[in-house]
Amino acid sequence: MESTTISINKLNAFRANLSSSTLAIPAEKLSQAFDFLAANDFPTTRHEDWKYTRLARIANLKFEPQSNTISQETTKICGNSLRFVFVDGTLTEKPSTLPTGLVCKNIQECNADELQNISANSTIFECLNLAYAQTGIYLQLASKTVLDQAIEIVQINTANSFLAIRNFIDVASFSQAEIIFNYPSAEANNSFVNAVSDVFVGKNAHLKIYKIQSEKGANYHVSRENVVQEADSNFTISTSTINSHFVRNDINVQVNGQNSETNLFGSYLLKENQHVDNHTVIDHRVANCLSNELYKGVIYDKGTAVFNGKVFVRKDAQKINAFQSNANVLMSDDASVNSKPELEIYADDVKCSHGSTTGQLDEEAVFYLRARGIGEQSARNLVVSAFVNDALEKIENEEVLNYIYGVIQKDFGWEF
Amino acid sequence: MIKIKNLHASIDGKEILKGLNLEVKAGEVHAIMGPNGAGKSTLASILAGREEYEVTDGSVDFDGTDLLELSTEDRAREGLFLAFQYPVEIPGVSNVNFLRTALNEIREYKGEEQISAKDFMKMVREKSAIVELDSKLASRSVNEGFSGGEKKRNEIFQMAMLEPKLAILDETDSGLDIDALRIVANGVNTLKSDKNATIVITHYQRLLDYIVPDFVHVLYDGRIVKTGTKELALELEEKGYDWIKNEVSTNV
Ligand SMILES: Nc1ncnc2c1ncn2[C@@H]1O[C@H](COP(=O)(O)OP(=O)(O)OP(=O)(O)O)[C@@H](O)[C@H]1O
Ligand SMILES: [Mg+2]
Repeated sequence: MESTTISINKLNAFRANLSSSTLAIPAEKLSQAFDFLAANDFPTTRHEDWKYTRLARIANLKFEPQSNTISQETTKICGNSLRFVFVDGTLTEKPSTLPTGLVCKNIQECNADELQNISANSTIFECLNLAYAQTGIYLQLASKTVLDQAIEIVQINTANSFLAIRNFIDVASFSQAEIIFNYPSAEANNSFVNAVSDVFVGKNAHLKIYKIQSEKGANYHVSRENVVQEADSNFTISTSTINSHFVRNDINVQVNGQNSETNLFGSYLLKENQHVDNHTVIDHRVANCLSNELYKGVIYDKGTAVFNGKVFVRKDAQKINAFQSNANVLMSDDASVNSKPELEIYADDVKCSHGSTTGQLDEEAVFYLRARGIGEQSARNLVVSAFVNDALEKIENEEVLNYIYGVIQKDFGWEF
Repeated sequence: MIKIKNLHASIDGKEILKGLNLEVKAGEVHAIMGPNGAGKSTLASILAGREEYEVTDGSVDFDGTDLLELSTEDRAREGLFLAFQYPVEIPGVSNVNFLRTALNEIREYKGEEQISAKDFMKMVREKSAIVELDSKLASRSVNEGFSGGEKKRNEIFQMAMLEPKLAILDETDSGLDIDALRIVANGVNTLKSDKNATIVITHYQRLLDYIVPDFVHVLYDGRIVKTGTKELALELEEKGYDWIKNEVSTNV
């Protein structure tokens, strides 16, 4: 539970002009969220989960509305995807038809029945999200439905405002889906996006999520995925954060069924004064599961990154294989990383490993490449892109991977 | 090809090269021998443009250009090649991909056209055959997980691909068994022509049975203190360096 008291409650001030959620959220969950908000403030760095991420900048945000214009089309990532485009929370594009078994719509259109399983929450940003949620995707995939088109959800923010996005994703047993969450750069330069996704992966279901954050500008992004996995399921999420001003990601996976596989992959590329914080939790509650985590980051200039990965293995969760690794390259003396892998293991027959490395670019490698005739800048780019590519290559969807390569090429000049 | 005159260089304020002179002409093979710490790798590093070293005096003329004025990559583009004593492992960077990049950057520098994918692959096949480098190795990450011998063969493979004017081989023979040594030497000899030149740095006379040098130099305490023919290498093998050291100190 987060509870901090500072003399002036910034959270109250922040909430003063927001309008409450109009979604069909169960009343008791909504009032719980409001109660929690009323009793708390933004966490400070004294709070363990926020030790290296200062929220003062968010707490002090003053939103000055600006006209909403999008100067260019957002690239469609997958040629045949089912694409939903939201601009400042308003759904502006959606597929004309959907395959049988798939319900996918603006969460505003949901009734109370559909939202009854929305998660009740216990952190500031989840409560803030629930209390003020205006938009998002509701996705329900019937059992035994295998989608051969990816679902692409684009969230564009042009207004300098607070936007609470709530997604609800339920992939039923024996189904298979691929979802892309794309937060591309937009005209906003002083916005705060708070996204929370409830994700249910049914028995023997396969779900892949690709999350791409490249918002640039002075835009703030705090998002969270609460994932529940049933038996024999397979869940993979790849988070790529490229050239974003301020990002905090929380991924929370509860593995409730045996023989499940969980993959968390991440890559983050920072420059200037950017800040990216990835917190992950994998909670192995049952036996015979595998989890795999690989996060890689490259930080230029005065960028700061945070990685905190927790893996819990509960008392009776035997035969768990859990691997976790975080590696960083600092491209300047002012760049920094706080990396903390944490394993908490209460079972005795498990195979777990974790590791964290942070270093400079291998100058010997750069010299070697230069000595073969490759220019200094391309030599650096070659070495550093190979480093991150380790994590990027886990992205199996080539169109997604190529899109990310394109964003990196544009913003960092690397070639892959 | 290359004219090194009165080269003085230091690192961290410590002088390593103390007035080194050496001239290598096209078509020649020169061997440089000398005790540990004499400055052999330092010379190679300075010629390749390693920035940690400070050149305090002297000049290096490379086919009419002032070598010391050029960046490392431009030296390579002008045709200088260093086979590293300790080749670097670069995870994730594919051997052939980086070579294609290198080759194309060199071509661009010379105002030549980019190599086509087809010609490039043909070249990879031909050149890897020269050093009997498995084509699978050619496409793996640079030196990653290569054995010592494979790393050295990879250096010669790269040399074959880049076709330099002047190749400096820094102890390419160290740690090689006799078969690998033959392969490496054969590679070097195959690539030899009257338009290029080779400097081989070695501790062992054995290599010089396979790569026959026109001159053998002894580098001691930052200078070339003796120059001879391949017989000098045999003499060094037999007698060690003490007699040279004595000769040098009595001359001073
Ligand atoms: N980075 C460095 N900092 C300080 N001293 C150095 C550095 N690199 C080399 N030296 C010193 O310079 C001298 C020459 O070293 P160098 O590696 O050139 O010798 P070498 O002739 O190649 O020896 P070997 O036969 O062992 O390869 C040595 O005394 C070495 O300790
Ligand atoms: Mg040496």
